[in-house]
Amino acid sequence: MTAYLLRRLTIAIATLLVASLVVFSILEILPGDPARIMLGMNASADTLEALRTEMGLDRPVVARYLSWLGGMATGDFGRSLTYSSSVTDLVLERLAVSLPLAAIALALSTAIAIPVGVFAASRRGHAADTLSMGAAQVGVAVPNFWFALLLVYVFAVGLRLVPAGGFPGWGETWASHFEALKALVLPAVSLALPQAAILARVTRSAMVEVMGEDYIRTARAKGLPRRVVLWRHALRNALIPVLTIMGLQFAFLLAGTIIIENVFYLPGLGRLIFQAISQRDLIVVEGVVMLLVASVILINLLVDICYAAVDPRLRTGR
Amino acid sequence: MSLLEIENLSLEIGDTPILKNIDLSIAPGEVMGLVGESGSGKSMTALAVMRLLPHDARADGRVTFDGIDILAAPEAAMCRLRGDDIGMVFQEPMTALNPVKTIGEQVAEGIRWHTGANRADAEARARAMLERVGLPERQFPLTRYPHELSGGQRQRVVIAIACALKPKLLIADEPTTALDVVLQAQILDLLRELVDENRMSLLLISHDLAVVAEMTDRVTIIRQGTVMEAGETARVLSRQEHPYTRQLAEASTHVPARARAPGRAAGAEPLLKVEGLTRDYPVRRASLFSPARTFRAVDGVSFALGGGQSMALVGRSGCGKSTLARMVLALDRPTSGSIRFLGEEIGARSADELRVARRNMQPVFQDPYGSFDPRQKVERLVAEPLHLLDGKPDGARRRELVAEALEQVGLAPSDMEKYPHEFSGGQRQRLAIARAIITRPKLIVADEPVSALDVSIRAQILDLFADLRDRLGVAYLFITHDLTVARAITETVMVMHEGRIVEAGPTETVLGNPQTEPAKALVAAAPDLQRALERRLVRSAG
Repeated sequence: MTAYLLRRLTIAIATLLVASLVVFSILEILPGDPARIMLGMNASADTLEALRTEMGLDRPVVARYLSWLGGMATGDFGRSLTYSSSVTDLVLERLAVSLPLAAIALALSTAIAIPVGVFAASRRGHAADTLSMGAAQVGVAVPNFWFALLLVYVFAVGLRLVPAGGFPGWGETWASHFEALKALVLPAVSLALPQAAILARVTRSAMVEVMGEDYIRTARAKGLPRRVVLWRHALRNALIPVLTIMGLQFAFLLAGTIIIENVFYLPGLGRLIFQAISQRDLIVVEGVVMLLVASVILINLLVDICYAAVDPRLRTGR
Repeated sequence: MSLLEIENLSLEIGDTPILKNIDLSIAPGEVMGLVGESGSGKSMTALAVMRLLPHDARADGRVTFDGIDILAAPEAAMCRLRGDDIGMVFQEPMTALNPVKTIGEQVAEGIRWHTGANRADAEARARAMLERVGLPERQFPLTRYPHELSGGQRQRVVIAIACALKPKLLIADEPTTALDVVLQAQILDLLRELVDENRMSLLLISHDLAVVAEMTDRVTIIRQGTVMEAGETARVLSRQEHPYTRQLAEASTHVPARARAPGRAAGAEPLLKVEGLTRDYPVRRASLFSPARTFRAVDGVSFALGGGQSMALVGRSGCGKSTLARMVLALDRPTSGSIRFLGEEIGARSADELRVARRNMQPVFQDPYGSFDPRQKVERLVAEPLHLLDGKPDGARRRELVAEALEQVGLAPSDMEKYPHEFSGGQRQRLAIARAIITRPKLIVADEPVSALDVSIRAQILDLFADLRDRLGVAYLFITHDLTVARAITETVMVMHEGRIVEAGPTETVLGNPQTEPAKALVAAAPDLQRALERRLVRSAG
């Protein structure tokens, strides 16, 4: 188990380094001088030169890469010129919205998808199966922003239970925490439903496959009722593909939520990176992209650890 | 009063009739054999008793177990029966255990479920049961996972699960078919002991008459879902009054009529000459820093095979025989040693240089289901090796060659338009042989070519192998764990054990009078119908 973890960790760190190289080189190759773009076409050569020195653009590529890498290792992602604030602060501020949003959405989607998937698999071929998988099909097909608007119409405009958009910040008191949470409910639901639909389908097909295995018959021959076999023996074996999809979904939920952030007017990571790209604020782009890469790698590491926890055959690394 | 009484049981799955009016009864403490070929409905009969049939199956008739009407009992009552009064052991030990639960959990689970015992008590009973089936805690702690055990050990765990609560009836569905002969003998001994100790009844399902003759008091022979003959085992199998019983018995000991083996021309170089062949596999390191280790699968093997000769390579599973075969077929590279085929070294050749060798040397594998792409037509499948020929034959010539090969193996040329699923297991093995002979090879390496087949089909395929040798003069290297096959169609035999050839010589001599321990163990463990019946007759007379 320790050897397995060490190996996974080594791979994760190596991947992170390669990714940093790729991110850095892409922005390096990109046409256009960041300093000139920031100052505009009319800037004088002197101002341009001064800014280039300030940004460190006059130093050799390798030196810039290394100091960028070193900075990130100590939590310094550089300064954004458009926001004139440190990238670290910017990102932390946005993460306070995006991370809880992603976590709530994933928890919701898992809580819906696994029972539905297991239930559909256990009633395979029956009306309940057809019905729930039909619903899942609709869930995959319906665009989430449309669904989000529907939710806003019903729960914010109609019932006035939650705000229609915006984010008040987490604040200091329990009451302000609760208000912030309320602002995240509708976005989380609209993010979770399509994910749940996908996850339910994956769960169902993995369960159907597992239910045909010999050891399920062995468990039934022990005298366990179907329902008990389903939860005790089948589900854990069906978890591997489910965990894989959950890992991918969490990574997507962290950064791929720009549409929902726009619908609900939330200051999340997705909007930050979108704005940074349109303003050519390359330092922010670099920082956020690296952060996302790191979180994807971290999630994959967690998924790998979960694999080993679920399946003893993977612990020996075979 | 019988423990299990099956009366007039009929079963349909969808619209296909599977069982027709099956009658079978087992008295307490009795061992009943249920014999039949694949698809005869043996397993479905067992699953009907457990009421674990596929959900679209419909059963009619009566099944009474210990006074309970099984087909009409509520599901809750069946759950109380299963695993408590009726235990079941399955054919495939590699997949019968849940890979993510420890063996302790899996044995204790049924005990806890039925007796309501707490975890510690259930584990204590599980420990005792595992010890009883030959898995003492010192070597096999309850925390082991199935993947840490071999096939034979896993089957012992399955038996422990089935017998943990001392059931009144144990159903064993081909419990040893997936194991080698030595393990088979051990598992059968264990089953017999457990049955005697606990006065269990046993329903032993098997396709192997020799196993049934050794193990059972009475036997029921079924074919296509209908009982052909039933009665006392010794009488049924020795008198063989029913034609189908006779057919099965003859097929299981079938020896193809063979023309004399061609004598080897003196001084000529043998077709295949293997010298000092060794293959090491790296063993995964225990940690990053422990030294790299290797496992020697084949260890210094030397032998020679002449043109038109037929040689058997026998040994227990895991002894290295398939690795050896793969190297001979140039599918795997030796660590050291030489393989000379047709006078050319093939051990270290590139794929391109091997074309001539491959054309003259073709494989036939065990599984006639797994070795064809289900989406290709027979014409393409059988013609596959033709790309090894120098001039690639055009379409018409190709069809001609395929038609010829199909005729050689007893299929019709029109079969080339079909897909593999349209053929039975035996026919598919014929297809595999047709594919092997289409390039007119001088050597066929056959890895367990008949062990997945029913006895009557097996007899036909053995006849085909013998016939092809007479007609085409091809030499065979048969890899098998089944000594009957080795006896039936080979002149020489090599016994392999832990990577080495421990004994080699004429088949009759080696198998008739084995000298080394591994060879003796193989011969002693191999089930033999005649021997088993004689023992039985002596026992009942004495």
